[in-house]
Amino acid sequence: MPTEFTPWTALAGGALIGLAATVLLASLGRIAGISGLFNGALEQRGDRAWRIAFLVGLVAAAGVWFAVAGVAPRTGFPLPWLLVGGLLVGFGTRLGSGCTSGHGICGLARLSPRSMVAVALFMAAGFATVYVLRHALGVMA
Amino acid sequence: MSAHRVAWALLAGALFGLGLAVSGMTDPDKVLNFLDIAGRWDPSLALVMGGALAVAVPGFAWVRRRGVAFTGGAIPPKPAPEFDKRLLVGSVLFGMGWGIAGYCPGPALANLAHGTLEPVLFVLALLAGSQVARLFDAR
Repeated sequence: MPTEFTPWTALAGGALIGLAATVLLASLGRIAGISGLFNGALEQRGDRAWRIAFLVGLVAAAGVWFAVAGVAPRTGFPLPWLLVGGLLVGFGTRLGSGCTSGHGICGLARLSPRSMVAVALFMAAGFATVYVLRHALGVMA
Repeated sequence: MSAHRVAWALLAGALFGLGLAVSGMTDPDKVLNFLDIAGRWDPSLALVMGGALAVAVPGFAWVRRRGVAFTGGAIPPKPAPEFDKRLLVGSVLFGMGWGIAGYCPGPALANLAHGTLEPVLFVLALLAGSQVARLFDAR
């Protein structure tokens, strides 16, 4: 599916994400890394309530925007690819201790060299994977 | 666990989810097109990252200068610059999964709000992958 370049909503939404990460660090001293936060919310540890609250807020607010703006979900994506993607994202973010939010936003915002390396690698892997799938193999165009 | 901490987390989560949805990062087609420089490239997500860092870089610096969280806890120090195999391999595998399905963890969870099956199945696969990686932790 082609998509349009949307610079203003991208910048505004990005600023909200940066504000959210700043609010969580300033209020609780916690890093807004969704992969780690999600794992922590599901495991039996003492400090789960704030993680669950964060995730409830995330899903609810996104749902409100989807309803207000009339955003439709993606449908018809091939199931095997969806599951392979999910497995790799779950495995890789746990092994690498972070995803687009933890390394990409919080890690870069605190100028962590580990996160700079992580972001360079997952971006490069993402570009390479889409290139191979769409242009070399010609699947999922 | 005080009610204050839960309220702050709920607010931060809501801002985060709203930001993801407004930015378009919750649209997996937009993510895949961002990663498709050689095809129908949509550079929007570079601006999502730019907008986030424009706020979070000064924001995090301000928090670090304060030195203590509103609810009393310490601000965690920057991780030591260690580039172990787990970081490198994990990040590459994550990037591959992101490029295949177009979801990273935050947007996948946000899409649960649609109530459709696709994000549920993705999140279940994500949890399975995470549990496999956890076995590596135990060794």
